[in-house]
Amino acid sequence: MAPAAAVFYILASVALLSAVMVIWSRNVVHSAIYLVLTFLCVAGVYVLLRAEFVAAVQVLVYAGGILVLFLFVIMLVNLAAGTGRRVRVHATVSAVVGCAATALLLYVSASGGLETSFGARTDLSAQGGNLQAVGWALYTQYLLPFEIASVLLLVAMIGAIVLARQKY
Amino acid sequence: MPVPAAHALIFSLLLFAIGMVGVLTRRNAIVILMSIELMMNAANINFIAFGLRAHDLVGQVFAVFTIAVAAGEVAVGLAVVLALFRNRDTIFVDEVHIMKG
Repeated sequence: MAPAAAVFYILASVALLSAVMVIWSRNVVHSAIYLVLTFLCVAGVYVLLRAEFVAAVQVLVYAGGILVLFLFVIMLVNLAAGTGRRVRVHATVSAVVGCAATALLLYVSASGGLETSFGARTDLSAQGGNLQAVGWALYTQYLLPFEIASVLLLVAMIGAIVLARQKY
Repeated sequence: MPVPAAHALIFSLLLFAIGMVGVLTRRNAIVILMSIELMMNAANINFIAFGLRAHDLVGQVFAVFTIAVAAGEVAVGLAVVLALFRNRDTIFVDEVHIMKG
């Protein structure tokens, strides 16, 4: 087995196991720590899929920003760990629905002819590296969505401040 | 690279399924938000895998946009959780049934 494939399978299994632990563990802080492990493994998968810029953004935004936000709110809310039931009343119904949807997606992906493997080295980053290529695309062809995303972030920031500021 | 495209897609599919089961079954609103993040990560893996397969950068550009939207979503969601905790003293979603009629 080639090293890249071995690394991919290791990263994928660690990511899936820690994702299971995110929704399985009773302590929310443990969930957050497993979540950061999942994000880092997914960032490694991005590197293997030749998306180095997205991997860097993943580490910075998810593992850096979003996780700190999660931990901050967990400390702020400060619920006693393990109080009451873990899952909702109709969890069996939800589990059946989830398993059925997963089986449907597996069936579609198994019958959809996705058998071709990725190319050896694509020419995505041939001209000066992945960061330059993505930046070029972002600031020329996708300039308007980029600006709209920044406005969206501004609106989200204002909304979060307004929501968390006062007692209603 | 000898990783088959189907394996990356199956990985993202399993990640999405785990996130979906978390959203559907857990009571804690913070864990539900974490599960939504897992599902967004799965969508990102799909974007990048299909972009690599199609020899196109659009997948990576969309993944960057998805990460931006996820950041905004988690900020607003956690603010809602905070406001919920201040007003109702709980973050368990099945104890919040004001709008249930």
